[in-house]
Amino acid sequence: MADPQPVRPRLVPPPALHLRAMDNLRFIRETMEGAAFFTAVSGLGEVAVGVTAMAAAWIASRQVTTWGWLQVWLWDALVAFLITAGAIVWKARRSEQSLFSKPGRRFALSLFPPLMAGALLTPVLFFSGNVAALPGLWLLLYGTGVVTGGAFSVRTVPVMGMAFMALGAVALVSPPVWRDALLAAGFGGLHVIFGIVIAWRHGG
Amino acid sequence: MANALKHDGGGETTEGSEMAVHAPAPQTALDLDRVIHERMRLGIVSALAVNDRLSFNDLKKLLKTTDGNLSVHARKLEEAGYITCEKYFEGRMPKTEYQLTSPGRRALERYLDHMEAIIQATREG
Repeated sequence: MADPQPVRPRLVPPPALHLRAMDNLRFIRETMEGAAFFTAVSGLGEVAVGVTAMAAAWIASRQVTTWGWLQVWLWDALVAFLITAGAIVWKARRSEQSLFSKPGRRFALSLFPPLMAGALLTPVLFFSGNVAALPGLWLLLYGTGVVTGGAFSVRTVPVMGMAFMALGAVALVSPPVWRDALLAAGFGGLHVIFGIVIAWRHGG
Repeated sequence: MANALKHDGGGETTEGSEMAVHAPAPQTALDLDRVIHERMRLGIVSALAVNDRLSFNDLKKLLKTTDGNLSVHARKLEEAGYITCEKYFEGRMPKTEYQLTSPGRRALERYLDHMEAIIQATREG
């Protein structure tokens, strides 16, 4: 004998409260992530920074003195800063956003301390003869700043920071002869790759 | 809470006139701030929480909604004192910009705490 069929269609039970709460939190996070792109770092600017870093790595590898090598990278840091600042201004104007928005300020304040630490440690290590430690230190501290600064930004940014940190850890235990290749892979390759992702996914 | 949560994701028709202005702060774990509990308004407040100000068009693109829907929900948030609206002309183009107020930010923080408390209670239970 066949099973009796229900007279009324079975009611679908409402989702549990905690599932609704989790869904609401997810919605808030995704909305914030989506909204944050208006003030995020320019992906195209990062690509440009990556290209200059690759050029700097090539020039630095041809230097015969460590002082010459350091100068190449210091000039590249200045050029990268100017490109990044210019690209942020360009992107903010293009999307009609304030340069001093909360995510922008938060990103800058989080990025600044590790960069400052790197700027202070560089002459100390250089003049004490620990030049081999510089590539790892730069990559690691820059990555740290990007991870902390990008904690409230789109997911791509902290992931980029973690990639820099991983490369920095590798650089710290690598032979000195690899230094320019690792810096080219980090400040060049990672900036280009993540810059393209940011520009493609989040505009500019 | 169950009653409050039934409004989730609903539009204007689910709310009635009871929640027009100044929803009181939650008194118990079961009271939700219904002004921002509605999805579109929660989206507006969340987007403004990470930006100093956003234009009407930016919000519309971000929340993938229509002019009318966004206007209605933004007005409710404005009436509750959670956001402010500034209208001005840029050349001949009228512009509208929204900003989150301190009560609006506190309301979002309370709402986040509320959601986390629900999840926590379920885990402990």
